[in-house]
Amino acid sequence: MSRALILGMVLTLTVLAGAALSLVWTPYDITQMSIPDRLQGPSGAHWLGTDHFGRDILSMLMLGARTSIAVALVAVGIGAGVGVPLGLTAAARRGGLVDEAISRLSDLVFAFPSLVIAILITASFGASALNAILAIGIFNIPVFARLTRGAALPVWQREFILAARTFGKGAGRISVEHILPNLTNLLIVQCTIQFSLGILAEAGLSYVGLGAQPPTPSWGRMLADAQTLVTLAPHVALIPGLTIVLTVLGLNLLGDGLRDALDPRLKVIRA
Amino acid sequence: MWFYLARRLLSLGVSLIAASAVIFLVVEIAPGDPAAYMLGINAQPETLAALRTELSLDLPAPARYWHWITGMLGGDFGTSYTYRTPVADMVADRLTVSLPLAVMALVLAVAVALPAGLFAASRRGKPGDVAVMGAAQLGVAVPNFWFAMLLVLGFAITWRIFPSGGFPGWDQPLQALRALTLPTIALALPQAAILARVLRSSLIDALHEDYIRTARAKGLTPGQALRRHGLRNALIPVLTLMGLQFSFLLAGAIIIEQVFYLPGLGRLIFQSISQRDLITVESVTMLLVFAVIVVNFLTDVAYAVADPRLRRQGRRA
Repeated sequence: MSRALILGMVLTLTVLAGAALSLVWTPYDITQMSIPDRLQGPSGAHWLGTDHFGRDILSMLMLGARTSIAVALVAVGIGAGVGVPLGLTAAARRGGLVDEAISRLSDLVFAFPSLVIAILITASFGASALNAILAIGIFNIPVFARLTRGAALPVWQREFILAARTFGKGAGRISVEHILPNLTNLLIVQCTIQFSLGILAEAGLSYVGLGAQPPTPSWGRMLADAQTLVTLAPHVALIPGLTIVLTVLGLNLLGDGLRDALDPRLKVIRA
Repeated sequence: MWFYLARRLLSLGVSLIAASAVIFLVVEIAPGDPAAYMLGINAQPETLAALRTELSLDLPAPARYWHWITGMLGGDFGTSYTYRTPVADMVADRLTVSLPLAVMALVLAVAVALPAGLFAASRRGKPGDVAVMGAAQLGVAVPNFWFAMLLVLGFAITWRIFPSGGFPGWDQPLQALRALTLPTIALALPQAAILARVLRSSLIDALHEDYIRTARAKGLTPGQALRRHGLRNALIPVLTLMGLQFSFLLAGAIIIEQVFYLPGLGRLIFQSISQRDLITVESVTMLLVFAVIVVNFLTDVAYAVADPRLRRQGRRA
């Protein structure tokens, strides 16, 4: 294993562990304000300091990780859950009307400026984690549809597909039993990439106030709150930002490392 | 070639119609009556009805869609519910901030990414490559709005070289440029990181091609072969990416404008959304989507002109 892959795994696992731990325990209760303790720097009592309400930043980050991961994970799930079957169908019906319709539709969604529409959706239907998930998830669909179709087409030319056909298997069964297993590596790597993009998108949406709403902590809103306090207590802005950077960096290193370890020739979509 | 162009033009038209329908639907389904919002909770039913007639809100949705879309074709973006001024004028006004910001960011991103990608590719695996790609890996992971906050902390608060936000207007060109400097850097560098990575890997692919060996055989140094023959071919995927990045640049600009309190299109969208100024939201979003779809169309056409192989395929990979 390369050093980059190990670093990526360590960073990713740390964030996942923090989020999992927050389900049962956080160092402090973040619904408790403690104004006398506000804006403290890192100390023995508060490892990463406190925010403008005197809440423990480490606890906020752990709970925020849960929000980020939940939003990004479900958004990837929507993208892969809808996009992969669409891509498989398009590849199975290559050149037909269904293929054309699916390809054109995913081109169309691909051409939309995703964050602009995400802002429109969340702003029109109210800001919430659920709408953020939907907005990010919809734009993951064409990524997976395109990727799956493109990778499935060459597999259809292989001889074992011909063999499966002679056994009388239909296109649907072949797609699931023979095509999909050959795309696993590619899909795993792409999921990692979309996951890290989802974390960034969630941070951006919640920074402009369109993500999860208080009291649910989110990294983006911690930064929005910190913006006016940056002169008084730089750590309230530095620490959540660094957390986002390390998380996304970890996922990207993990994605790149997995690709190199599984098959360096995999053609993933990066945009 | 002409067949390809006609096909692409047709799909451009379909995309624009579909996009306008989606935007109209999203805004229509959204809860909240603009007339009720404008008049407040104590409004008389008669006044409310009068205002709804005045704003043509009492017309059926298809009629309003038709009116909106045909108006936009003629350059009429509607009249803002809140400000009672033509949306086109507001957009033109805001564009004087957003457009220079986006263009300067794109130029800066390319200006940084091109030499960085070339440098890394020509020193593949050596410390220089590792350092540049490490920086790029970091750049990809940094949210631009947080990067913007760091720039403000450093260059506006600690060293006081640039303003931390606001925009004085183009009457004071020097001050205006200073106000846009930090936003431009914040927007450009994360994009530059992505571009540099793609450029490097596509240059490295190009280096394995036969024509590079031929160029080396006729006596060019590796650097010369890379710059004269590799770069041209490596630019194709970079161009695609730039077309796609344009939409990220627009979205990025919307968020960056929030950080620096810049009176651009992004702030206009947020204001109009919170004031339920539907027509402004629809028209501005449509304009942004239009810009992205047209830019992607132009990149497609640009390639078909540059690379005959792509015309026959008719679609990007």
